[in-house]
Amino acid sequence: MRSVLNIVVKELLQLRRDPVRLRLMLVLPVIQLILLGYAANLDVKKIPLIVHDADRSAAGRDLTGRFLASGYFELRGFAEGPDEVDRAVSRGSASLALVIPRGFGSDLLARRPASLQVIADGSDATFAGRGLNYAGMIVREFSTDVVLRRTTLEPAGVDARIRVWYNPELDSRWFLVPGILALVLMVVSLIGTAMTLVREKEIGTMEQLIVTPIRPVHLILGKLIPNAGIGMFVISVVLILVHLLFRIPIEGSLTLLLGLSFVFLVSMQGIGLFVSTASRTQQQAMMSAIFFVMLPMLLLSGFVFPIENMPEVIQGITYIIPLRYYFVILRGILLKGAGMAVLWDESLALTVCAVAAVGLSVWRLRKRTR
Amino acid sequence: MNGSRIRPVIIKEFRQIRRDRRTLGVLVLVPAFLLIMYGYALNLDVQHMPTGVYDADRTPASRAFIERFFTSETSEFFYRSHTVTHPSEIETLLMSGEAALVLVVPAGFSETRRRGERPQVQVLVDGVMSSTASTAIGYVEGVFRQETIEILQRQYGRNASLPVVFEPRVWYNPEMRSALFLIPGLIAFILMIITVVATSLSIVRERELGSMEQLMVSPLTPGEMILGKLTPYALISMAATVLVLAAGGLLFDMPMRGSYALLALATFIYLLGALGLGLVVSTMVKSQEVAFLLASLITLLPTFILSGFVFPISNMPVVIQAVTYVVPARYFLTMLRGIMLKGVGLEAFGRELFLLTVFAGAMLGIGALRLKKILG
Repeated sequence: MRSVLNIVVKELLQLRRDPVRLRLMLVLPVIQLILLGYAANLDVKKIPLIVHDADRSAAGRDLTGRFLASGYFELRGFAEGPDEVDRAVSRGSASLALVIPRGFGSDLLARRPASLQVIADGSDATFAGRGLNYAGMIVREFSTDVVLRRTTLEPAGVDARIRVWYNPELDSRWFLVPGILALVLMVVSLIGTAMTLVREKEIGTMEQLIVTPIRPVHLILGKLIPNAGIGMFVISVVLILVHLLFRIPIEGSLTLLLGLSFVFLVSMQGIGLFVSTASRTQQQAMMSAIFFVMLPMLLLSGFVFPIENMPEVIQGITYIIPLRYYFVILRGILLKGAGMAVLWDESLALTVCAVAAVGLSVWRLRKRTR
Repeated sequence: MNGSRIRPVIIKEFRQIRRDRRTLGVLVLVPAFLLIMYGYALNLDVQHMPTGVYDADRTPASRAFIERFFTSETSEFFYRSHTVTHPSEIETLLMSGEAALVLVVPAGFSETRRRGERPQVQVLVDGVMSSTASTAIGYVEGVFRQETIEILQRQYGRNASLPVVFEPRVWYNPEMRSALFLIPGLIAFILMIITVVATSLSIVRERELGSMEQLMVSPLTPGEMILGKLTPYALISMAATVLVLAAGGLLFDMPMRGSYALLALATFIYLLGALGLGLVVSTMVKSQEVAFLLASLITLLPTFILSGFVFPISNMPVVIQAVTYVVPARYFLTMLRGIMLKGVGLEAFGRELFLLTVFAGAMLGIGALRLKKILG
């Protein structure tokens, strides 16, 4: 136990001698969370729209009015002809074009099928997909109203009472900001650990450590503890920001959240240490950490890309990504008020990841020192 | 600039890279591998949402209504994952995420309908993944509306047929394949990271390991040294880029509607900007560890989030939009999508190309100045 303490003290001294590193590790995550938290937004509300109304009828104006009143679109202007529509979409100044052909109003009056064109710029799928979705909804509503006016005043069909739970305003920040919190934590804990041991190797101080009677377990623990301390400090600050600045609720137990966050931190640092023991140079460690750890965590953890949509082989890989479980835990506790009864399997999996990562790095280090 | 003095630096740098096979392999092959893997893995479509059903009415009418969510047309979006027998189960289903939405048909559904009134059906949606949820709500409303229209048609015949024929058209990506817009984003993302990772340790490593003094006493100017140090990495990242673009074209059927010359030019300037950024990082810090910290914090998440890859820039607050102007991937992404998907040229993204050039020039300039300070 004393040897663990000695390493902790040594690490802390080293950290104090390098104030740039300490400051970066404490300040950058906070800046990142604020900057990226405000940036990441999937609420598609102001889709740039251009309208070409060749008909100029009351029905066409009604429909255009419905598009603008929906709040999903932002009018970028009225096009005089198809060429102008073409130019606006190809240059990207409009993502969606509503084209009302000549005869639209008279077709409706004569009860002939009236056609209507909506053009979407498919190179930006977020806008195109959502834009078409909204456009479809508006047109269907318009159609139904026309039919109801023609036929009956008696409402037919079924009333849809749609209620959204956990995120009633459907604010995408509510799931993105906790995601960014986890990603920032991941980056900080990996950076803090992935270079430590390999650095001693490269500079040549590893031999000194090897000849001292320190056991690998103690060395690993000594490296883990100060970093976990920094990580817990960062997560507390960041959680306060998430709650106060982004107004994201904390429905569940804060103690449970902090406890499981600690397990997550340990798992990330275990992975970082494993990378460190498995690399020969700091450059190798950096590349492995970024390409084989951070990128999969960023893209395959369910942050924005749904895991259920991935091919099965890749879904299999996601089971060894601790972030996958932490996301469910984080969103569950913050937004849904979920407790251990619901989250026990994710918590168990996260703990297994943490123990496995730390165990693996101890095993690698023992092999090296022999 | 003196060519004969730069050559030895280039050769030395190449030797160093070659000696570390693993690094060389990573730099050249990993980008293409990553593109292939993530190109197949990632998909933003909303499909197959697990749906719980609580039918408190249990009549043929209620069953027929529920079936509308699981017909051959709607089964792409919803599949019946759970049959709820007691209302208390609903909360657990949504909280654990086992169901994305739950349909609740109240008792008396068919009775209300028989009386000629509109029955109510409740749809409870898990709103946490808000983008998925709002798409789901759109589909749900579509199903309800479709039923209304069919009832009216049975009563009134042709007069009730849908009066407006809606013709959605998607340009550049008619089948709305996620891959077509994700691949350019992945290309920009992967190239930025691999290049900055490769160069951000280049100078600081020599400082940390003590070989910087040798360079200081050499007669090289900072400009020559940068050229010597960056040329090998530029060549390696060009090779990686060719592999990445080939993989994108061959495996994902990425169209190439614009000019190859423009694509090469845009890519080259982008790589220069990324190399310059790595160089600036490398000259600003004193240890490789801090270089790693700085490089990953300024490239990884910002390139992913601030470039317009998944999150539309026009959605961001104005202050953040201003920040995106220093994210080079933003410009490159616009150009990649423009060249490959739309087949447009400088008339559409001249401004982006100009700003990207300014970025690359600034980074290389700052790098040279910093290096001069270190050497002097």
